[in-house]
Order: sequence, then C-alpha cells, then structure tokens
Amino acid sequence: MLWEVDIYPKPGQPDLTAAAVARDAADLGLAEDLAVAAARGYLIQGDLRRADLQRLAEELLADPVVERTVVAPVGDPLLCQSPADGRQPVHVLPKPGVMDPVAQTALSAIADFGLPVQAVRTLKKYWIPSLAEATLRLLISKILANDAVEQAIIGPLDFQHLEVGSAYRFQLVTVPMRRMDDEALERLSREGQLYLSLVEMQTIRAYYRQLGRDPTDAELETLAQTWSEHCSHKTLAGRIEYRDERGQRRFENMLRETIFAATNRIRRQLGEEDWCVSVFQDNAGVVRFDDRHNVVFKVETHNHPSALEPYGGANTGIGGVIRDPLGTGLGARPICNTDVFCFAPPDTPAERIPAGVLHPRRVMTGVVAGVRDYGNRMGIPTVSGAVYFDPRYVANPLVYCGNVGLIPREKSHKEVRPGDLIVAVGGRTGRDGIHGATFSSAELTSQSETVSGGAVQIGNAITEKMLVDVLMVARDRGLYHAITDCGAGGFSSAVGEMGSHIGAEVWLEKVPLKYEGLSYTEIWISEAQERMVLAVPPEHWDQLHALCRSENVEATVIGRFEPTGRLRLLYDGHQVADLDMHFLHEGRPPVVRQAVYEPRPSEPLQLTADAERDYTPEVLEILGSLNVASKHWIIRQYDHEVQGGSVIKPLVGAANDGPSDAAVLRPVLDSHRGIVVACGMNPCYGDLDTYWMAASAIDEAVRNCVAVGADPRRIALLDNFCWGNTDRPETLGSLVRAALACHDMAVALGTPFISGKDSLNNEFRPQGADEPICIPPSLLISALGQVADARRCVTMDLKRPGNAVYLVGTTRNELGGSHWARVQGLRGGQAPQVDARQARQTFLALHQAIDAGRVRACHDLSEGGLAVAAAEMAFAGAFGLRLSLAAVARQTEPGVDHPAVLLFSESNTRFLCEVEPQHAEAFEQTMDGVPCARLGEVTDDGRLEIISPGGTAVVQESIDVLKQAWLKPLDW
Amino acid sequence: MATPRVLVLRAPGTNCDVETAFAFQLAGARAELVHINRLLENPSLLLRYQILCIPGGFSYGDDVAAGKILAVQIQHHLAEGVNRFKLAGKLILGICNGFQVLLKSGVLLEPDPRAGLPATLTWNDSGRFEDRWVYLGVQSSRCVFLQQIQRMYLPVAHAEGKFVARDEATLGRLQAAGQLVLRYQTRDGQDAPHQVPYPDNPNGSMANVAGVCDPTGRVLGLMPHPERHIHPTHHPRWSRGEASSEGDGMQLFRNAVAYFR
Repeated sequence: MLWEVDIYPKPGQPDLTAAAVARDAADLGLAEDLAVAAARGYLIQGDLRRADLQRLAEELLADPVVERTVVAPVGDPLLCQSPADGRQPVHVLPKPGVMDPVAQTALSAIADFGLPVQAVRTLKKYWIPSLAEATLRLLISKILANDAVEQAIIGPLDFQHLEVGSAYRFQLVTVPMRRMDDEALERLSREGQLYLSLVEMQTIRAYYRQLGRDPTDAELETLAQTWSEHCSHKTLAGRIEYRDERGQRRFENMLRETIFAATNRIRRQLGEEDWCVSVFQDNAGVVRFDDRHNVVFKVETHNHPSALEPYGGANTGIGGVIRDPLGTGLGARPICNTDVFCFAPPDTPAERIPAGVLHPRRVMTGVVAGVRDYGNRMGIPTVSGAVYFDPRYVANPLVYCGNVGLIPREKSHKEVRPGDLIVAVGGRTGRDGIHGATFSSAELTSQSETVSGGAVQIGNAITEKMLVDVLMVARDRGLYHAITDCGAGGFSSAVGEMGSHIGAEVWLEKVPLKYEGLSYTEIWISEAQERMVLAVPPEHWDQLHALCRSENVEATVIGRFEPTGRLRLLYDGHQVADLDMHFLHEGRPPVVRQAVYEPRPSEPLQLTADAERDYTPEVLEILGSLNVASKHWIIRQYDHEVQGGSVIKPLVGAANDGPSDAAVLRPVLDSHRGIVVACGMNPCYGDLDTYWMAASAIDEAVRNCVAVGADPRRIALLDNFCWGNTDRPETLGSLVRAALACHDMAVALGTPFISGKDSLNNEFRPQGADEPICIPPSLLISALGQVADARRCVTMDLKRPGNAVYLVGTTRNELGGSHWARVQGLRGGQAPQVDARQARQTFLALHQAIDAGRVRACHDLSEGGLAVAAAEMAFAGAFGLRLSLAAVARQTEPGVDHPAVLLFSESNTRFLCEVEPQHAEAFEQTMDGVPCARLGEVTDDGRLEIISPGGTAVVQESIDVLKQAWLKPLDW
Repeated sequence: MATPRVLVLRAPGTNCDVETAFAFQLAGARAELVHINRLLENPSLLLRYQILCIPGGFSYGDDVAAGKILAVQIQHHLAEGVNRFKLAGKLILGICNGFQVLLKSGVLLEPDPRAGLPATLTWNDSGRFEDRWVYLGVQSSRCVFLQQIQRMYLPVAHAEGKFVARDEATLGRLQAAGQLVLRYQTRDGQDAPHQVPYPDNPNGSMANVAGVCDPTGRVLGLMPHPERHIHPTHHPRWSRGEASSEGDGMQLFRNAVAYFR
C-alpha cells in the first residue's frame, strides 16, 4: 500500500516555505500577496497499517511541538482537503531515478522501527489559490519545480506505487561503424551525445576497420569520454597556430608551453628551495606547508549543469571538487572551500530572458543553496569567493568551486601496481549523470534541458563525508596504493586513467546499483556522485572492507589492474569491451587550431573638463553596484568557521561586516602557521585586452593575499579559463593571449601555477537567433598563500583615529573597464597594466612591513579604485578618514592629475595602509624604493573626506550612508 | 580522579568532532572520537567515560529534521545506557547538532507521557542557515558547565536553532527551574524579559533561549559553538585588540574537566 504523510506548520507557527514562494511570485511579477500554504511530506510504500503511520508521523517524521500531520493512503480525499477555501494542491516530487537523500535516510530510519517498508519518496505540497491557467503554469515552472529533476502534479496524486526499476537483461550492443559514411558518423556523434569531431570519428572508424570488427557501445563511449574536452583538454593542451600584433607562434601544447613552463622555470630558479611538490599531474596541485604537511588545491567549474539545475549543479560542483584533493596523492583531508560565481543581474526583467533559460535570480539562489548545503554538511568551511554580474552570463552562469586539502608529506604520491584490486567505494551507481563529460563540452541550446536532463544530478553530502572519514583512516593505515575520484566519465575515466600504464579488467556486474535495470554501458559511464576508486593490494582487502563496513560505507571489488596494456570490460563473464590503452590515451588525432588576436584600436576614454567637483554620487553608485556591493547574504549562509581554525573571516571590522581581502585559517590546530586563500578576476578588462585582464587578475589575487600578511614568496596560483566557443580563431586567440600573460606574470612574481582547468563553449543559441550569446572571457585566478604566524595578519578595517594612512603603489590613467566608467556609461580607455618588477618589489616590502607589525590595517585597491577602498576601510572600522590626493604617487602621463583618475583608476599593485604615528618612520623606511605616500589620517568624525590636489572636497559623506549603499543591493 | 575521559560521539555527518575533542584536550581531558556504530554494538562502552559530548554537524544529513535520526537511534537503542550515565553523576554536553539531538531524544528535557516533548529546535525565522557571532548571557548558576561565566561571545552556525517551548506554561516552568541557562543578548548586554531583535537573537528563539540544562545542571545543550572560540584569533575582532588571552568558550570545557578534579 502507498501511504502519504503530509506535514504542516501548526496553527500559530510560521509557514516559511509558503512565505518564500509568495515572495518569489511577487519578485517575478506573477502575483502579489499570493495566499499559498505549504506542506512537506513523504510517500511510504509497504505493508503498513494506519497505526504504524501515525506512530511514524509522531515519532519520526514530524516535530509535534511545531507541526501537525495528515496521514492517509494515496488517493484518500482527506489528503486533498484544502486548508482554506478555493485552493488546489500542487505536488512536487523528484523524478524517478533522481537522488532523494532524505527519502533514503527516512527509509532506513523506518526500517529501524521494525516496520516492513519498501520505498520512500519525499514530496512538497502547495495549496494555490485560483490563478489563471497560464499563471499557474508559470508559477510551477519558475518557482515550485524544476522540470530537469522534478515533476509537478496538479490535483490529487494518482499513482499507486513507487517506481523501483526493472530488471536488466544482458544484450551485447555493437555499433556498425565500419560501414558508416561521414554523414552517418556525424549523426552518430551528435545523436549518441558523443560530441566527437568528424576527424575523431574517422580515426575510430579507421582503427576498427583495421581490427576487422565493429566497436561495442561501451568501447565507443569510453573513447568519447576519454577524448572529451572535459577529460582531455584537447584544445588548450593541443596544437595551436597563434598570431597577434607581435607575429606568429606555433604551440605543440599550448598549456605546457605557457603556464606549465612558467612553473618549471620558477622551480628551477628556486633549486633546493623549491616548495612545489606535485604540479599539473595529479587531480590537484600540491605544495609544501610545514614539516609534516603539504597543501593541495583545486578549482573546478560546474557551469553547464548549474545552468539547467542550479541547486544540483552547484551541489555536485562542490562535491566534485572536494574529491579532487581527496583523490590526489593518497588523499588529502579537505580544509576549506572557495566559490566564485558569474551571473546575469538578478533584476533582469523576465521578458529579457531567452526561452529555455532560468531567471538569474533563481540561478543565483539555487547555486548559493547548492554550495551551502554541500559544504556545510561536509563540515568544510567556505571561506573565500566572489560574484560577478554581466548580462552575457544569462544563459551560461559560471560556478567555480574550489577545495583546499591537507595531506601528510609522505602520502603525497601514488602508484598503482599490477595485481591491485580495483575497488569502488562510496555511493552507489545509478542512471544519474550519464553523459556529463561529453555534455559539458557541448554548446547549450534551448533544447539542452530535454536532451541532457540525465546529466543533472543531486548530491548527497553525507555519503561523501562518510567516505572522507573512512578514507583518512585507510590512508594512514596504508591500505591502498592509489586513489582517484569518479568524476566526469565515471568509472570509464577513473579506471581508464589509473590503469593507463598497466591495464585493467573490470567486472561490471559487481558494481552496486541504486536500482535495477542499468546496462553495462550505463554502469561504466554513469557519473553518480560520491564515488572513489582505489587500487588495493589483495592482502589489504579484508582490512579495508572491514573498516568501511564499520562505518556503513560500501566498498566493492570491481576488477583488477592487469599488466596487459588493455582495458577489458566484462559483464557476467561476457566481454563487452577490449580496448588498447595506448589507442585510448594516445590515439586521438592531433588537430591544429587557429588562434588570432587583433588588438582593438584604443580609443581614449573622454574625461570631462569640470574636474573639480563632488564625486560622492559616483562613489555611492559604485559601492551599490552589484559587483562591489556586500555579499553578506551569501557569505553568512556558509559555515566559514567549522574545523576551528578560522583566523581572518570573510567579513571583518567593528560590526563584523567589512569585506576582507582574503581568508586566513590555521589548518593544524596546535600550530600558528596559516594558509591564505584569495582570488582575482575581472571580466570587464577582457573586453579591452585579455593579456592585461589576466595580468590584473593575477596581481589582484596575489595582492589580496599580501594585504592580509601572506608571504609573497610562497603563493601558488590556479587558473580557470571559462571562454566561449574556441573553434572561432579570435575567441581562441583571446584565450592564448591570456595564457601568455599568465606565463609572464607568474615568472616575474615568482608565483607558480600548480593546477588549472578550463571550460570552453560557454555559449547559448536562443531559438531562432543567428548569433549566440557568448560569455565574456572569464579567467579566475585563485591564490593559495601561507603565513608563518597567523597572529601577525592584519585586516582591512580602520583601527584608531589619529593613525596615518598611506597609499602604496603607482596610480596611472587607467579607467578603461573600470567600475567608474561603467556607472558613468563611458567606453574606451586602457585596461590597467602591471609593472611586474615593481609589483614584486612592492609585495616584498609590504610583507616585511606587515610582518614587522608596522601596519594596523591594509586593503587592496580594486574595483572602484582608491575612493571605494577608502570608503570600505572607513565604514568597516566605523571611523572617519580624511585623505588628500595631492601626494598620490602617479605616473607622469596625460590626464593622470584629473581627480576622477586619482579617485577611481583601477591601476594594479596598490594598497591603502593604516600606520600608527610611532611606526610611521619605520614603515616609510621599510617601503623605501617602493612608491608610497602619506595621504591623510583616520578621524573620529565618522566621515569620509577626500580633497583633490586643487583643494576641492571631491568626496564628502558619512560612513553610515556609504555603508548602507554597499549593504543594500544584495541584502535578500 | 585525575584525567576525565570524554567520549566525543561521531555519527555519519558529524563534523565538529575534531575541534571539540581538541578543546577538551586543551582543558586537560582525554577526549576520544567514537563512532555511533561502536556504541550501538557495545553500549557498555559508555561506562569508561566521565563526559559524553555530542558535537556539531549534520548527523545523518539532518534529513527529516535536524538531529532527529540520531535522536531516534539514541531513544531506541541507547536510552538505558545514557540514563544510567546521567544518574551516575556524569556530564553530557550537546553543541549545536548535539543540542538538537539531546533535546529531541528526551535526554535533556524529559517528555511528558501525554503531551510529548516540552520543547524543540526548529527553523530559524530567516528560513536559512546563518553563521554569525552572538552575545550570550548566563542566567543561572545551576549548570556545571557554566560556573563562573557571566557572558560569552560565540559563533552560531545553524539553520534549525529556534528554541520553541510547547506552550507558555512549559516555558515558565523551565525558567522558574533555572534551566534556561543561556540567552542571546544585544552587544550592550540587554536581554530578558524583552525579545532580543534579529540578528542579536539570530533565529527568533522564544525567550532568547540559546542553551538549556537539565534539572541536575549536569546535562547542557547549546546552539552556539564554544569550541570555535578557544583561541584569541578565533575572535572576529582580534585584529582590533578585542580578544582576551583565551577564547570565551574555553572556560566551559575547563569547568567540565574541573568537575572531576
């Protein structure tokens, strides 16, 4: 029998779900004051009596202090008695096969009551007042349910049992590829969601013609996964003919010759002092931390899934990136998360959203909730991040998730050995996430939602937390030789990669499944979450198995690494694939891509003649612009202090709400050594010049670290390129140009790149449109710094009236792509450049000053320049600040004396520093040789006052007004 | 007795176990992390310990409701052992998720045979998880853990921390018995009898309740995290010179250890 338990707030208790729906409906303009009521509920299938259900409702499912329940068999009219007149029920349920972690937990808890239960599914129930049919449909599709993973049923539920899957009958499938012509190959690639190019398909066809047989479906899928952009980075790690204003250059492997090359050069220069441990080879980069530990860092993107299902996409994005450090060396313990998002403005009118695209506000709330629920449940503090808004992210939001791990030095390397058992640990395999690897390499269309819905997944953080708990013990006991994560491509990538130098045999029928009915190929390529693969020596299997079982973690032997050089897959003894490892990993045809960069003709940014005026309105406007405004609504939803090592939090200052430049934490609780995490990114500059955009992002990431006290000689970088379709030479050209900047800056600053990832094809073709919407070039630079003694760190809030305030660094006439230009509607100008030599010198000197305790507060200058940095320091510290621009160190060049330039230029490598009067002389001595000028002092009048060189008060405002402008826009 | 032993209970999804054990160690106890399965296999394991601590986290994902599944497990399988532990004069501490577990399992406040549990912890008025620092006033000298503490500044990090009593009479009874030991305050120290406004009362708790003890004062549950403020640099304004030489949460752990000295 199928029972339903509906759970409502008791009379007098708030209906928070209903209130949220009403708010969203009003925000989207669907209905004002929608009088909706909401319940959560369970469908429970089993041979149960009403009394059993009553007991479960009271003792397990509901909280009788604040909730009431309605219990009845599905179909009973009792369940459809409206709590108020004239409302109809809308039920929202996860689609069959979609992960429902709450239902899983409830199922085992009910079993613990000794009751015969077969299946459980959760539901949400909304009572909606009568609305026009079209409005109701919109309400459902925009707010109540996401069609990618949920089904909505208007009116009573009409089914009698829950789907639990049906048995699979083995049948070997081969693909008659040998006789296909090119057109058929292209169709197969597209319709089979392989997303391979024609040349690649032809290569596979030729290979099988030579073998004298056709490939099995599993072989073809394995090749498609392994050769996918997502898994192999064939574009950026491939051959590229690049041309720009300085001439031609041919790359055999672009990434290797730019970003990796920079790291290699830095390591050679460091010689004995080299602190990189493992770079660009494992699942994440590894560097030295202290005598006992290394730190591991990786940032991934999960853009396409987040576009379709923001919650699940971001959820599995953070879940996935945690498994990268966990799958690095012999496994790192996760110690903090980072997240950076790019969205279209959340106030974009609904009618401006292309068909098939979710509204940015919904994307944003869903993504934030997805990161929150996974990170918080895992007990990993989310400490650093940023959000950027641009209309071009409307159909391709970007979700960058990062994870830092800590690993014992002697556990930082792995090696699979022949004879090792292939062991799958963690979550079960289901049909979820089929074709995620190939899908994430394809351009989204308005049909993507229907074509690729299977690629969307929901994570279960607790499964992953349990996995981490047992793996850390297994690692320290030395129970396995190697570990890797099951990410994109599932087992096909994980086992294929681990066994690439040896060979492997896999017994697919052994894989534990969530439900029956999966074919051998589905098992092989499923991207179900929370799974890791281990290489376990047979003599350790019993111990590993017992350890896992002791904490309810599933571990299963699914094959063996065999010294055959082949990848053999079996299902119940039938061979379903037999691939040459060499062809799998090296057989992909080389493609030479064209890349062109043509510098834009630079048109100067026109400054008005009435220079001596009040710029306060612009300061307020920039503070209130979405990119600059406070992100506290997001930050506070993340636990940023779990694990007990928090030193500098994302929000700092007198009222715990100022914007910190970087986060600092002590991962080893009995030590004062800290890690520093920050990022840099500015898509606005990319429209002018991607070289200087990349250089600026690196400078920003590094200066954020240095601003809180990180040692500039110990900062590691990560790159994440998110770009449009790189088949267009000019799009690829803008990326190569950014990579060249990464090389040059990393070498000049001595900050090695240790890992990276790219996501290409972030474009969307609206129905009927000729031109795709393409995201701006979006390079995220993440920085991992270190500080010897975290107690010497500083924060950005002003500390005491009477202290001196210095501007460090050179100001140039660089308003191109600036936030001031943006709010003024001005175009043209130069993107800020970086004098890398001076930057290095500045970072070293400032670090020395901070380390010596000469600096009370330090804040980097970024979006909005000096004026915005000064305002933030003042309101975060709850003190006033009086500055004079006359002394600002500036480049001798036209226009640089204009107050707008001095106030708002976004020139790189600049900081504002607060120094106590008795330390002023020592500070100035330490900064000798670096541009540095005393501009004014901290005051106790609660006002920001900035005076131009001509003597005009160009900014005058109370810090309360400034702060409100900054707090308000995203105070949801 | 020399060094009290602390059982820091782990369940799937527990995640503040390591730093909580660290705080107990720092206070002079010997803390051990023990998985719930070990206790279910062998409930007499409890006998070896003087302090039972259920730390923060998301036990079983907080699926169904925060702390509920672990609470039901304790009710079904460990009620007797835990009760004997209490009667033996030992200490029980529940932090955040641990508070939710202690309350919902009836270990902290005994359920009425007819009316059920006297109180619960439910969704924050904001409807979402929030991490922020709060001021807490100690309202009673009844609780072993809170001796010599007048005030604490600690972080909360939860979605379901709103304390709701079954009815006003129950609330009055708990108050009269001195069991509502921790209350959210404003920065300048104002609290009862007024409802402290958000965000100083971060979740809308009735009577600003942040922590509750049992009638003996030996069982304490609280939503804020004392283990996250045991070091000066934990204080959000340490760089402004506002931190003391040790965090406000440390005394709570010292008190627990001192009780057995």
